[in-house]
Amino acid sequence: MPAMTINVNGKERTVDVHPDMPLLWVLRDNLELTGTKFGCGMGLCGACTVHLNGAAVRSCQTSVKNAVGKNVVTIEGLNAKAEHPVQVCWRQNNVPQCGYCQSGQIMAAAALLKQKPKPTDADIDNAMRGNICRCGTYQRIRQAIKQAAEVNR
Amino acid sequence: MNRVELVTRRTFLGGVFSAGALVLGARLLPLDALAATESASGADGAALHPSVYLGIDTDGTVIVVAHRSEMGTGIRTGLPMIVADELDADWSKVKVGQALGDVKYGSQNTDGSCSIRDFGDAMREAGATARLMLERAAAAKWGVPAEECKAKNHEVVHASSKRKLGYGELASLAAQQAVPKKEELKYKQASEYRYIGKDFPTVDRDDISAGRGTFGIDARMPGMVYASIERSPVLGGKLKTFDDQEAKKVPGVQQTVVIPGFKPPHAFQALGGVAVIANNTWSAMKGREALKVEWESSEHASYESAEYKKSLLETVRKPQKVARNIGDVDAEFAKGGKTHEAEYYVPHLSHAPMEPPAAVAEVKDGKAVVWAATQNPQAVQDTVAAALGINKKDVECHVTLLGGGFGRKSKPDYVAEAALLSKAVGKPVKVSWSREDDIRFDYYHTVSAMYIKAAVDEKGKPTAWLQRCAFPSMMSTFSATASAASGGELGMGWTNLPFDIPNHRAENGPAQHHIRLGWLRSVANIQHAFAIHSFVDELANLAKRDSVEYLLDVLGQPRKIDLGSRSPLAAKYPLETGRLRNVIELAAERSGWAKNKSSKGKGFGIAAHWSFLTYVAAVVQVEVDDKGKVRIPRVDIALDAGRVISPDRVRAQFEGASVFGAGIALMNEITAAAGAVQQSNFHNYKVARIDEAPVETRVHIVQSEAPPAGVGEPGVPPMAPAICNAIFAATGKRIRDLPIKKQLA
Repeated sequence: MPAMTINVNGKERTVDVHPDMPLLWVLRDNLELTGTKFGCGMGLCGACTVHLNGAAVRSCQTSVKNAVGKNVVTIEGLNAKAEHPVQVCWRQNNVPQCGYCQSGQIMAAAALLKQKPKPTDADIDNAMRGNICRCGTYQRIRQAIKQAAEVNR
Repeated sequence: MNRVELVTRRTFLGGVFSAGALVLGARLLPLDALAATESASGADGAALHPSVYLGIDTDGTVIVVAHRSEMGTGIRTGLPMIVADELDADWSKVKVGQALGDVKYGSQNTDGSCSIRDFGDAMREAGATARLMLERAAAAKWGVPAEECKAKNHEVVHASSKRKLGYGELASLAAQQAVPKKEELKYKQASEYRYIGKDFPTVDRDDISAGRGTFGIDARMPGMVYASIERSPVLGGKLKTFDDQEAKKVPGVQQTVVIPGFKPPHAFQALGGVAVIANNTWSAMKGREALKVEWESSEHASYESAEYKKSLLETVRKPQKVARNIGDVDAEFAKGGKTHEAEYYVPHLSHAPMEPPAAVAEVKDGKAVVWAATQNPQAVQDTVAAALGINKKDVECHVTLLGGGFGRKSKPDYVAEAALLSKAVGKPVKVSWSREDDIRFDYYHTVSAMYIKAAVDEKGKPTAWLQRCAFPSMMSTFSATASAASGGELGMGWTNLPFDIPNHRAENGPAQHHIRLGWLRSVANIQHAFAIHSFVDELANLAKRDSVEYLLDVLGQPRKIDLGSRSPLAAKYPLETGRLRNVIELAAERSGWAKNKSSKGKGFGIAAHWSFLTYVAAVVQVEVDDKGKVRIPRVDIALDAGRVISPDRVRAQFEGASVFGAGIALMNEITAAAGAVQQSNFHNYKVARIDEAPVETRVHIVQSEAPPAGVGEPGVPPMAPAICNAIFAATGKRIRDLPIKKQLA
């Protein structure tokens, strides 16, 4: 297998894996970036959400070969000090319970705000309905996104 | 009943402290366990070990051991807050260390909504003991009476001479003080609390928001390999043949290993199967897809959910074993007055925590080291030791953060798998369950049918109430022949009906299990609360009375319900109908019940339930559109859980319970065909998403100085009946079978 180079959080990383391997497992098993979570393997739950050239994608449904030449940003690289407005507002609202889905939620929310700086409730529903939280933190997720939108302006 | 003592610093989290640190152990056990243990080991409790640890290092760092598992409730923060408050520590100097699995901590099984209830007092005692020892140490150093020395914010102060010493400076001297007797301790007044009762971020919040929290699936060991396991789709199906030629051709696959099947009862044993070992998770999963495996049939291959539902309903239509009896329901029914009857059904449910079960194990030289997302590290020790044939003390269990638990991660079958595989391949092994594994091989919530019949007087109030339930017991996990519900299951909302009805009988009928069963957040309260609180609303509507007014009338005057238990726990936490009335009135008031009138397509419903010693009432508002789609704009939950340590986390638990309960009402359903579970992932095991969950849940906490009660689970049971009662108010359609799915279309 030829080694591939992908740009993750601003750094070029060379990985020697099967080109069809989902980006999720390359990040987690090969690059030890475990902030991106496995939840379903079918693009149904959003726990594995990362940014590919700025857009939210499901890394479990993205082959590593399709990330070559693009910029991958994971929760670890969203902001060097973890002070992206979404992360700050997440903390202010004490959003996480178990925390497992939260990396994916934060990445999805950050992508939403980039696209729609002042999202409506319907925009939030549409952008976030792909991200499941079994602890049920949705109300605070909505609150934190609205707050981050205010901070952004 | 607790006892605080000095312990050696080496016994504390592997010896993190420097020489001279003050290290305390507080011995404690839950009330009921204590009564049993004292009779077994003598009143001096000599067989007991310290189980709460608190240490103050010479640099002033305070470390509190969290011996319970963090799955999102905030317990890793809540219990240390109690210690820190009573110690008057500066929270910024408090660190929380996660305990290994060890019997010395008492029960570490983090379920049953009892961590604060069972361990809060010991935490207070440990903090107050350390504070007094620090004050006495300062007094000795300064040669002044101890009463003149006061601990405040990490310092002991002598006011008249304006001298002060930090906790770190005093630690070594304090460690030389005799441990004060319990009678000498002075506790803070509630008004003096700095942390208890205040809103506080959890110790894990910042890590989680940065993607740094370590969960079971994130654990690593040097040289680790990855496993994915193919298991029999039917419980107990034995391996017939398998062909791993294609699997071994998958890049990254190293070998396959057969895990033998379990011997009944299955308990927490590995289910058995064929494991594919690879150098990354994906290769293991792809290799597994390429396996060709055939399974023998099993006695459970006949399990069909549709047929089974019919048999459960037939069971509850006939007289069954009496579990509780008051007066004479038969005599009252024989009078020939007005009666009403109804049947209810709740399907199997899956926990589906966002982190599927995962563990890493290394077995070497007759010892095992495991890292696991587990609610119960001591059960991990027992299970792994039994699987490997080694001693429990040779199993070192590290507890990671849990990506959700809900009861699933009390059962460490996945850790046994990792240990067995590590032993077989001679390397550390990570077992990661796929979502399909998680949903097909859960310890499911049981499936149940309930029947209720009431006779009513001229005002529609019940004069007799007969209720029957039937469901396979989760005790089948531990006894293959268990064929009826246990007392514990029936005690969850079935044999403690708190209504003021002169004639009442509760019955339970037999039912056999065919898939693995276990406890899921709020357990048997789910089906019991659904049936009872739906039925009481049916009676209110038949009587054309307001649902809240009717419910209060049926509850009757404030009183304690005698449940026949003489346990210390029951004595400390009697079922008081006055407190249940109070939360109903509070929920009604805060939701605006009196002015909110239901109309076509918009309805309000209420349900109130006591579970895990906590009183909860939920008022739910629903909107049902022309296509039968249900929207839940608002939920008001009022609760009385006694003294609350961490109000923000309590609100969070009830916000979450509102979503969890809505999922049970609206869409959660596991079914079986030919013995195999038919659902596999979130496309066919649906759970509530952001646009389906209640939009806003307002949580109203009753201020109380009563002993602290449960928080994690009791918000769930009233949700499904309150939603269905609101749907009735909006549409006139009564939901008696869960989930609602397309029944309103």
